Amino acid sequence: KEEAISLVTRVKYGAVSATVPQTSLHRSCRWYSVSHLSVKERIDQKRQAALQGGGQQRIEAQHKRGKLTARERVQLLLDPESFVETDMFVEHRCADFGMEQDRNKFPGDSVVTGRGRINGRLVYVFSQRGNSILCDILFVLQDFTVFGGSLSGAHAQKICKIMDQAMTVGAPVIGLNDSGGARIQEGVESLAGYADIFLRNVMASGVIPQISLIMGPCAGGAVYSPALTDFTFMVKDTSYLFITGPDVVKSVTNEDVTQEELGGAKTHTTVSGVAHRAFENDIEALLNLREFFNFLPLSNQDPAPIRESHDSSDRLVPSLDSIVPLESTKAYDMLDIIHAIVDERDFFEIMPNYAKNIVVGFARMNGRTVGIVGNQPKVASGCLDINSSVKGARFVRFCDAFNIPIITFVDVPGFLPGTAQEYGGIIRHGAKLLFAFAEATVPKITIITRKAYGGAYDVMSSKHLRGDVNYAWPTAEVAVMGAKGAVQIIFRGKENQAEAEAEYVEKFANPFPAAVRGFVDDIIEPATTRKKICQDLEMLASKKQVNPWKKHANIPL
Amino acid sequence: MTLWMIGNMAAHSVPSTLKRLLFAVKYSPLQSRCCAVQREAQYSTISIPSEKTFDKILIANRGEIACRVIKTCKKMGIQTVAVHSDVDSSAVHVKMADEAVCVGSAPTSKSYLNMDAIMDAIRVTGAQAVHPGYGFLSENKEFAKRLAAEGVAFIGPDTHAIQAMGDKIESKLIAKAAKVNTIPGFDGVVKTAEEAVKIAQEIGYPVMIKASAGGGGKGMRIAWNDEETREGFRFSSQEAASSFGDDRLLIEKYIDNPRHIEIQVLADKHGNALWLNERECSIQRRNQKVVEEAPSTFLDPVTRRAMGEQAVQLAKAVQYSSAGTVEFLVDSKKNFYFLEMNTRLQVEHPITECITGLDLVEQMIRVAKGYQLQHTQDDIPINGWAIECRVYAEDPYKSFGLPSIGRLSQYQEPLDLDKVRVDSGIQEGSDISIYYDPMISKLITYGATRAEALGRMEDALDNYVIRGVTHNIPLLREIITHPRFVSGHISTNFLPEVYPDGFKGHQLEADAKRELLASAAVLYITAELRSAKVLGTQRVASTPVECSHWELCVELGEERQDVEISKSGTVYTVEMDGAKVEVWGALNLASPLLPLTINGTQRMLQCLSRDAAGVIVLQYLGTLFKVRVLSKLAAELNSYMPEKVSEDTSSILRSPMPGTVVAVSVKPGDTVAEGQEICVIEAMKMQNSLTAVKQAKVKSVHCKPGETVGEGDLLVELE
Repeated sequence: KEEAISLVTRVKYGAVSATVPQTSLHRSCRWYSVSHLSVKERIDQKRQAALQGGGQQRIEAQHKRGKLTARERVQLLLDPESFVETDMFVEHRCADFGMEQDRNKFPGDSVVTGRGRINGRLVYVFSQRGNSILCDILFVLQDFTVFGGSLSGAHAQKICKIMDQAMTVGAPVIGLNDSGGARIQEGVESLAGYADIFLRNVMASGVIPQISLIMGPCAGGAVYSPALTDFTFMVKDTSYLFITGPDVVKSVTNEDVTQEELGGAKTHTTVSGVAHRAFENDIEALLNLREFFNFLPLSNQDPAPIRESHDSSDRLVPSLDSIVPLESTKAYDMLDIIHAIVDERDFFEIMPNYAKNIVVGFARMNGRTVGIVGNQPKVASGCLDINSSVKGARFVRFCDAFNIPIITFVDVPGFLPGTAQEYGGIIRHGAKLLFAFAEATVPKITIITRKAYGGAYDVMSSKHLRGDVNYAWPTAEVAVMGAKGAVQIIFRGKENQAEAEAEYVEKFANPFPAAVRGFVDDIIEPATTRKKICQDLEMLASKKQVNPWKKHANIPL
Repeated sequence: MTLWMIGNMAAHSVPSTLKRLLFAVKYSPLQSRCCAVQREAQYSTISIPSEKTFDKILIANRGEIACRVIKTCKKMGIQTVAVHSDVDSSAVHVKMADEAVCVGSAPTSKSYLNMDAIMDAIRVTGAQAVHPGYGFLSENKEFAKRLAAEGVAFIGPDTHAIQAMGDKIESKLIAKAAKVNTIPGFDGVVKTAEEAVKIAQEIGYPVMIKASAGGGGKGMRIAWNDEETREGFRFSSQEAASSFGDDRLLIEKYIDNPRHIEIQVLADKHGNALWLNERECSIQRRNQKVVEEAPSTFLDPVTRRAMGEQAVQLAKAVQYSSAGTVEFLVDSKKNFYFLEMNTRLQVEHPITECITGLDLVEQMIRVAKGYQLQHTQDDIPINGWAIECRVYAEDPYKSFGLPSIGRLSQYQEPLDLDKVRVDSGIQEGSDISIYYDPMISKLITYGATRAEALGRMEDALDNYVIRGVTHNIPLLREIITHPRFVSGHISTNFLPEVYPDGFKGHQLEADAKRELLASAAVLYITAELRSAKVLGTQRVASTPVECSHWELCVELGEERQDVEISKSGTVYTVEMDGAKVEVWGALNLASPLLPLTINGTQRMLQCLSRDAAGVIVLQYLGTLFKVRVLSKLAAELNSYMPEKVSEDTSSILRSPMPGTVVAVSVKPGDTVAEGQEICVIEAMKMQNSLTAVKQAKVKSVHCKPGETVGEGDLLVELE
């Protein structure tokens, strides 16, 4: 039975007094250093303290905030009883500012690390203790700064250890981030800790999938670890990502902004593109992460996973025959096509609310994970602009790094014109998507559903960029531009523009010009698209293609 | 203005015909397989091969009825021509027909009601006859006259019969003269509200007021006192003038708790007429039929004969030829009163075909060619029982059905069931648009007895897969299983009486709820187990998830239920509340249909969605239930998750991109339905239709056609 006693801790530096709730458990933590207990008892007590986290009261406080504890999160994320913890006994080594006192030490420090299984598949995981006693003490100690810190050298060391092992074994790392930032008491050691993690994030990039789920504050240097990982997910209303908080923003730029506006889930999934998706709460986020994990191979040495599928690979999809409107100016929803084609209508969309003119995400074809890229005619006509190019490029590169075949649905009227785009560097950013598709050596299947105009046609996984199988639907129009614009240039100043336009449409607004040149492999009935893709993927499973040796390519960043 | 419009339309129709033909060429290899093999209908008339009728028939209609007519034409070896609007160019009836002609743009006044364009289509294709279906031009005497003038046969009655029966007042006078029972009332021009009140008082309340020229129950108002009579007079006379250009009104005795029973008649041009028994169409909402059956549970042979004979008397009185329907109201004492005569094929004609074995469309074509009827009254049987449900794209939870629109992302008719007929004009991928009737199909089941037909209807509704639009199957299934309906104790007030507070979906009993929760839990486990089934050899071995016992928590609405599941072989035993539910079946996670055997009873459930957070939407006993299945741990922790209030951004419509406003389809004060187009923005050579995300009244409109708007500009505010 826990009893809560309030202790007033006077801290001389910073002249801050604070009330830190203490429990019998914490007192017991202090006792073991007195060494009047046997080793066995001390082990049990430390383990107990580590498992209990901050004690019942602290857990309740975390629950009241609508958040789960680090350990509950791990339990929900992993298969039952599969979690194997490491470094439960690690403590921080800070010897300054009273941190050396036993009551400011905590077994396991402010992070839970280890390995476990998701649907039987190996994964390494760390879960930061946003609620740990250390965080609170430190938060109180440092409330004159923007944010309390909790990343200690020990904390970083624990994370590095599992990352190193994940690399040697070849299994993904999932980080559940909930941390205030650097531990100022530790000073440079804490900074070193960050850098150690950053380096490992970079080394692991493209070797093992790295996923960050932001479940609390993540500010300052801490943000760069999620930024370096492959996917960053957030929890709505309780997670924030920013370099500097609202107070510093106010003092530097005199902007009034809330935490939510500055770095909340909505900002990062719609405006900045920092996060790839946001979920309603901790539970939905963790359950979705399990679902997401199923799509990924464990490392770059593994092929895309194939899960048992209940959807027959030769299923015809008659509804696709009428999905593209007859008027080429009318929009339709590319997601309708994707849902109808993939296994069980199951599509895990990445960045669904950012640069919506391109759709990217994971699905399965006959059980095999594929990456889907599609122009979205419903939004800004499906044109390519800065944001959609970057979004697409990053996704394509992830798929290529991890052997996930890419299926591209093309309906693109071109790159978006305008000063905003040109000044923003559409040339540089558009080049990223071009680079990514060209460089990719995974199986690439492309379906032109309607427009494939101009340079955007080349970019969208065209035959010229080593597309393995390129199809056109009967509604496809591969051309330099739309009829009206083309006629204005070709027949400038001439009468009978309408007639010329009709001629252009007859000649170019159909799949033949591309088909006769072999730029598309076949013109297919839309209803058969799923069947064809499944067959092609089977054939391409043994595809081998190697780019010339290089230290690394120089993608136009 | 009108002249210009017609001129313009006529000029327009020729190039569109060309376009259509081009389209047909472009897509011809795709088309042949799109015409799915249609299941044989439940009529068995044997065509006489030597009996030549027409070489080519044009069907001046769309949707299911156009398809229905084409089917019989194919059977009779007649070439078919479909007409269609531009948005219908890939509709099923277009694909089924041998030829198709575009007759204008989406609004019916510019296409399916565009007589000039349809006449052009007849000339271009050389069709010898026109079947008008129902609605549109089916009871338009002008159209019939123009056809006659060009020597094209109209598959329907002669012009004078259409005219005589098309007018409510005239038809009653003729009926009276033909000794058909009529409702006491006044028919003629009513000049003032006070005059209307005087008439109403003479007849005695309640009275019904409507525009003389209006068809069906549309615009019908019931008045119980003088005040309501005045109001009804105002509305109806306005409507009469604006909609029909004919300001005559009909005021008559309103029969409380009536049944709507109609007699199908069939007559030829040689003075022969038959009555093909009755159809009971009492289940209606807002005076539109929802469920129909033949025969009626209410009629005895004497009443049936009396009604049939009166119907034939009326048909003969107007020298009726072709198929027609005489509608009666029948009160609780089996007194029947003539309501009106519909001089066309009725929507609900299939149930008559089921019980009589006649193909009404075939008979209409024969009669139009001038052949005599093949049957005598004694040949007309009542074989078994047939029920028809009108499956609509509408939300039954809102006043028994408000239209919904959308694209049929998945669509599967229950045609593999025996004695089920589905008359539809749509297929997977079709759009249900705001332009036309939101009927998806007519689902007809047939059996030796009423109970058999009803049982089949239950199965058929459970097996019917419709995704992408909201539909009324929940309501239909509740109606056909309601004890009052099953006992035959129905009237036209059935729905408001049975559901006084509106339709709320199926109310689950304890047993049924357990079945539902158990099914959801089993589906969840199946998906969980499948998640671990990674195929092929793996570099890092998977730990097999070997589990045969689970503890879960299932939530339905506010209720939470702990369940324990154990699996042995393929059978799941789900324990909850001390009760056991055994579930087994083909659990295919890709299929929308979930055929399960629950405690020994076969049930067809449907799974609409299943997400990572454990939310499973199931259709069970017709109604959709949102169930959430979580592990026990997740459920416990879930109680700490805060309730979120969703932000309401649905009432403001902003431009999603810079562009030009092409069209604004609403004005302040309009009511828009969910998904209805509000305005169209053109950008990047593309027209983007912006739609309402909820049903609401338009508060203000901030843009006009031709205006340039920037991204995020406020376009329209809703209330």
